[in-house]
Amino acid sequence: MISREDVDHAAMLARLGLTEAEKQLLQTQLSSILEYMQALSQVDTSGIPPTAQVIPLRNVFRADEPATSLSVEDVLSNAPDREDDFFRFPPVFE
Amino acid sequence: MELYELSIHEALAALDRKEISSLDLTEAYLTRIERIDPSVQAYLTVTADQARAAARQADLRRAEGHAQPLLGIPIALKDIFCTRGIETTCGSRILKGFIPPYDATVAERLSEAGAVLLGKTNMDEFAMGSSTENSAFMPTHNPWDLGRVPGGSSGGSAAAVSAGLAAASLGTDTGGSIRQPASLCGVVGIKPTYGRVSRYGVIAFASSLDQVGPFARTVPDCALMLRVIAGHDPRDATSLPDPVPDYSSLPPGSLRGIRVGVPDEYFVSGMEPGVENGVRRAIDTLIELGAQVDTVSLPHTQYALAAYYLIAPAEASANLARYDSVKYGYRAPNPTSVLDSYQRTRGEGFGPEVKRRIMLGTYALSAGYYDAYYLKAQKVRTLIKADFDQAFARFDVLVAPTSPTVAFPLGSKTQDPLSMYLSDVCTLPVNLAGLPGMSIPCGLSDGLPVGLQLIGPPLGEEMLFRVARAYEATGQWTPTIPPLP
Repeated sequence: MISREDVDHAAMLARLGLTEAEKQLLQTQLSSILEYMQALSQVDTSGIPPTAQVIPLRNVFRADEPATSLSVEDVLSNAPDREDDFFRFPPVFE
Repeated sequence: MELYELSIHEALAALDRKEISSLDLTEAYLTRIERIDPSVQAYLTVTADQARAAARQADLRRAEGHAQPLLGIPIALKDIFCTRGIETTCGSRILKGFIPPYDATVAERLSEAGAVLLGKTNMDEFAMGSSTENSAFMPTHNPWDLGRVPGGSSGGSAAAVSAGLAAASLGTDTGGSIRQPASLCGVVGIKPTYGRVSRYGVIAFASSLDQVGPFARTVPDCALMLRVIAGHDPRDATSLPDPVPDYSSLPPGSLRGIRVGVPDEYFVSGMEPGVENGVRRAIDTLIELGAQVDTVSLPHTQYALAAYYLIAPAEASANLARYDSVKYGYRAPNPTSVLDSYQRTRGEGFGPEVKRRIMLGTYALSAGYYDAYYLKAQKVRTLIKADFDQAFARFDVLVAPTSPTVAFPLGSKTQDPLSMYLSDVCTLPVNLAGLPGMSIPCGLSDGLPVGLQLIGPPLGEEMLFRVARAYEATGQWTPTIPPLP
């Protein structure tokens, strides 16, 4: 069973605003899902490396050359709020 | 025969003989969408005007003697692929109204091949789900029984092809999201090897697992679609440089000498007898075609679901951090601070399954739990992949059920996340190992399609198409559009 503090902490880490009802439901659901995950502890993984990737590619490089990219107008076209050529957002520092 | 019933290869032949135009074909699909899609609900967006313009363009090019592999063929894209100037929501309220300023590489390649885009198809929000019921906008209905789900997360793309609302379509598969809906809707779908198809412009879910692939009604059509979209893309550092074989020119033939493994562990408890019977019958057919069939054990299969549902949510929790209300997407009204904007935007913009997975992934990655959950899951993943490596030392291809059940009734699993997760128990080990997997229809159980899953070694797509083509040519399954009102 995960605690209510665990739910609050994860929600804060994820910057996810949750209602009281959502938190209660998630505490129950995540607890039963994580209980199912306990099956993994039965597997002996001593000396087994974790998978980092499943394909044999290593260090994919490309030439550092300028190429065409999106126009400023294209980049700003979906902005929830903008001012001139900038995204507009509440101040990070008051 | 109606135009929307033609396979891609039949339509291309008719176009070449000038019996039909791409505009005729496109209008046939648009008319059918108008008539049938209100009950199937496969499409989130229908791009009728652009489709007609593209069809006219295709007809002109054909008249000028241009040869392109999909010239004039109407197709659909899952709403996870960025399409320049066309709304792309990923099934989420947080991306409602998002108009991408660029095309995904696969959209570009289909367009360069001459395909006509009919529209964008419904999906589980951010591809998280197995029934398409997690779409923020509407559920999609299974064309074989409108009271049942089409599977998911690419349920709209599977249902569109199944119902004759597109000649072919693209989906994505992170844990079974192409193969499971292909199985439930009675169409052909392939998840290629991890890295075979570019993911540039594909909205990310779990980056070590996501892969793009096609749906079609026949094996050669599916092969042609894959040939067009596969191959290296400098804009996707995980895309493989290996050349792309011409999968679609394989003639149907015997399977003499082909070694087929049947993994015991995939015939799970809780599997419906009708599914098991259908798959066993298909295996008998492979034997009649000359294949050498034997059983094989993949002993860590039972741990794949637990490993997957730690790894995929962990990666998702990182990928979905980008929905921060700053540059695009939904922003909750009147934010009072940065934190307030993040929290309210994400709380209002994401649906319940996405929130559940972000929470699960964040928890599994958080200090104190990382070793016990995420790291442990990645070690178990190594063992799952090693099982497959050993099996492919003895076998050319593995065959198994795609899904333990046929299509289930809408609403029957929405209250129990774990029971929904179990829908992918036969498909997600393949993603964990990065292998190609395919689902082909192998009959009906109580009037609903059953899927046979073919699993290959890395870059073994050609072998999957060879076996699928041979099976299809026996006529055990005839590509069928189910009768719809």
